[in-house]
Amino acid sequence: MKAPFLTIAIALVFGAPAQAERLIATLSTSRVLISSNFTGTDVVLFGSVERDAQTVARRGGYDIVITVTGPRDDVLTFRKERLFGIWVNADSRTFIKAPSYLTVLSNRTITDIADINTLRRTQTGLARILLPQEISGDIADSIRDDPFRQAFLRLKVENHLFRETQNGVTFLTPALFRAAIPIPDNAPTGNYDIDVKLFADGTLLARQQTALEIVKVGFEQFVASAARDYGLLYGLGTALMALLTGWFASVVFRRD
Amino acid sequence: MQIYLPIAELPVNILLVLVMGLAVGFISGMFGIGGGFLMTPLLIFIGINPAVAVASVASHVAASSFSGAINYWRRRALDPSLALMLLAGGLIGTTAGVWLFTLLRKLGQLDLTISLSYLILLCTVGGMMMVESVRAILRARGGRPAEIRRPGSHMWIHGLPLKMRFKVSKIYVSVIPIWVIGFIIGFIGAIMGIGGGFLLVPALIYLVRVPTGVVIGTSMVLTLVTMTYATVIHAATNHLVDALLALILMVGGVIGAQFGARTGQRFSGEQLRLLLGILVMMVGLRFAFDLVVHPAELFTVRSVEAQQ
Repeated sequence: MKAPFLTIAIALVFGAPAQAERLIATLSTSRVLISSNFTGTDVVLFGSVERDAQTVARRGGYDIVITVTGPRDDVLTFRKERLFGIWVNADSRTFIKAPSYLTVLSNRTITDIADINTLRRTQTGLARILLPQEISGDIADSIRDDPFRQAFLRLKVENHLFRETQNGVTFLTPALFRAAIPIPDNAPTGNYDIDVKLFADGTLLARQQTALEIVKVGFEQFVASAARDYGLLYGLGTALMALLTGWFASVVFRRD
Repeated sequence: MQIYLPIAELPVNILLVLVMGLAVGFISGMFGIGGGFLMTPLLIFIGINPAVAVASVASHVAASSFSGAINYWRRRALDPSLALMLLAGGLIGTTAGVWLFTLLRKLGQLDLTISLSYLILLCTVGGMMMVESVRAILRARGGRPAEIRRPGSHMWIHGLPLKMRFKVSKIYVSVIPIWVIGFIIGFIGAIMGIGGGFLLVPALIYLVRVPTGVVIGTSMVLTLVTMTYATVIHAATNHLVDALLALILMVGGVIGAQFGARTGQRFSGEQLRLLLGILVMMVGLRFAFDLVVHPAELFTVRSVEAQQ
């Protein structure tokens, strides 16, 4: 906890507002397009730590943690229990506005970057994100070792939607870094928030936000929006397609 | 070759889905059934959301039963007035089924209901078909003639009012059991994503005594209409029909069905029923296995928003 005081002290002494590091981040693309041949992709983030003459030297070097959060949604997690000899969904928890996608990339083990309190306060790392739960009408953050929370995180990791990569950020020079944000094939469409955090000597120095959009395009977009907005017409169209296919087959394969 | 499915929201191998369509189509052509009871579990197995699978298979079954129904119509091997009466019950049943489907999704018990209905239905029907066909085969071996319709054997069903004469089928029977059968087939068809042909055919033969010659064609008409209707209302209420997935399936399905029908003609009726019984039973046991064995993963996660 020394470093922030030091920074503030230096700021007070020199009176200059721009002595701390600034973060600059840019993406290889801000729109990921899902077309019929989409099988997942990587979005590359480039970033740079800006310093000026007054910036103090950091002995331990810089650490970067990038958190990418997909569209939020209420999510039900069911637990199966044995009932009359068969396994049924019995107990359930609703996670309120849980991210559908979450990737945490860092240049080294997150717990080495800062102490656990700083990490918790800044919600850094997969294990420390806020996952509010609705319990009998009240909304409260779930405790870390709650089995539903653990199961939710585990299943999301298995589905490639959540991940934590401890060597996902590479420093090209002491101030320039790059990271590849993996977008799996099952990534939901919508807006993705990207939060880049700069740490040095266990302290959060700067943050930079940017965003990414995943959209369906062309045929995929047409079908999805037709199904959602014109359900009845879409259904009639699909039914007609089925009848035409059936009729066509009976004509093609006619034997008499 | 991967293709991204717009509603299921995941990429699938187009050849794999096409081959699945062909294989199920082959079986459906061979036995004169829609094949939904095989296709839905297969789709769930390759990772497609059960609800999307059920809704999309409906249109696949509609396509294969339409091509089948046309063939039977050309040979005049279907009874239009019987089909019409079955439909009256079938459409109401389908509406009720889609309604229950939507309700169960909200409660989070849809997967269990689908699995349990498959288990009970497939094991019962599969078992009955196996027993009946083995008996018929043994009778044929023993040289005794197969008993199809004993003249004096009237069941309680034949005592019901509202009797109607079905000219093509040459039967005089109450329309009440026909409405009820239609309703049940439509109802479970909408919930389970099956046409119900494998249920309807034995029900019509054993309960209503419809001659075997017209039964498959008539059943296909019912399957065709209920599944077309199910496609439309699944699309309108749950927005879960994946047209691209359905198209790949139905192209494979209608081609496979043609080859299946040719292969089917090489077997006798009893042999076909025994094979189908074994097949139905196996799918049922597979569901039983999943329900009874301790699951490797006790938890499931699903979006609340997508449930509405």
